[in-house]
Amino acid sequence: MTSRPELKAPPEIFYNDEEARKYTSSSRIIEIQAQLTERALELLALPDDGVPKLLLDIGCGSGLSGETLTESGHQWIGFDISPSMLDVALEREAEGDLILGDMGQGLGVRPGVIDGAISISAVQWLCNADKSCHEPRKRLKSFFESLYRCLARGARAVFQVYPENLAQRELILGYAMRAGFAGGVVVDFPHSAKRRKEYLVLTCGPPSLSSATPKAKGEDEESCSDEESSGDEENQTVSISDRHRPRKKQKLNKKVKGREWVLRKKEQMRRKGNAVPQDTKYTARKRKARF
Amino acid sequence: MRLLTHNMLSSNIKGVTNGFPLRIEVEKVVEKSVDFNPDFLKNMLAKIEYKALVEASRIMGYAELPDHAEPSMLESDDFLRKFHHALMELHLEEGTLVCPQTGRKFPVNKGVPNMLLHEDEV
Repeated sequence: MTSRPELKAPPEIFYNDEEARKYTSSSRIIEIQAQLTERALELLALPDDGVPKLLLDIGCGSGLSGETLTESGHQWIGFDISPSMLDVALEREAEGDLILGDMGQGLGVRPGVIDGAISISAVQWLCNADKSCHEPRKRLKSFFESLYRCLARGARAVFQVYPENLAQRELILGYAMRAGFAGGVVVDFPHSAKRRKEYLVLTCGPPSLSSATPKAKGEDEESCSDEESSGDEENQTVSISDRHRPRKKQKLNKKVKGREWVLRKKEQMRRKGNAVPQDTKYTARKRKARF
Repeated sequence: MRLLTHNMLSSNIKGVTNGFPLRIEVEKVVEKSVDFNPDFLKNMLAKIEYKALVEASRIMGYAELPDHAEPSMLESDDFLRKFHHALMELHLEEGTLVCPQTGRKFPVNKGVPNMLLHEDEV
């Protein structure tokens, strides 16, 4: 049995009255949603000038995330596809405006007016094809393009997502990049199965200092690259005698890219969110001469 | 739905080039008082399509807004109050939003506009 709601039913059906009710009665869900929103808001890095901003909450659901936005003094507009969840939001007297809409159809918002966007556990729904007319790639494309249009220049969008696997994360990130966003994934508590949370931090406009991906929480000194540093001592590839080789081949050999180059490229691909094999002492090692 | 949101929304139907502003057909308007925040309003004036806001507020039965807004008017408390009232406090509770180009109607129930598109409109 799977516990992923995405695999059970389309969002407008899964979040029925009964499921929506949980979002008012379960203090655990409420607390988690509030925490996720707070962290998303932190990653949004809005200027600290005390002026309320106009934010979008995509997949606002019952308005739990919106409550946190209201508490920090911002105005927000929420999109959701589930009428039941929006009913709960109305009951909770959410301060922001609610819109029944499908993010995969694009957000019908005027260009350049929004100061930031957050989305808590919603974007992964786009990867599902729940109707015959749904094409996840098209839906991702129209979502990110419409979002890019409506954000002001330099504005950020932070999406907390639960990607099912690496391929899905890559898919989402790939379409965000194609729409023109700069940014990457921030993984909080990468070593904990329960507390691990992934945030897509996207910035509108070309990459710059301000668009550098913020640091994740609970990440101890890049433990994933620990092995790599220990392997650094044997950084030099084993040299083999080239005496018997013809001159031409010797020259060609000099152009071969070394371990450092390979490590750098792998790091680059990792930053893009691609699946990259881990760095070991075998990385970019030269083959034996007899091979 | 506040007029702030109405001012941000445009019709998203495939092939529509000018989906803004959505025409409002009013059935019920409610007023909810919201805290007055001049900083936010000053920030918003540049982003708002002022003409559309004036038209929308007249349809909603509030005719106090001047026809044109200039940056100098931001100093006047009187204008800011009116602007605040039109933008933040007038809610379209029941009614319809109509796409200006295709005439497609988006119903508004309990203050929530239904912007879901049909398959052939995407």
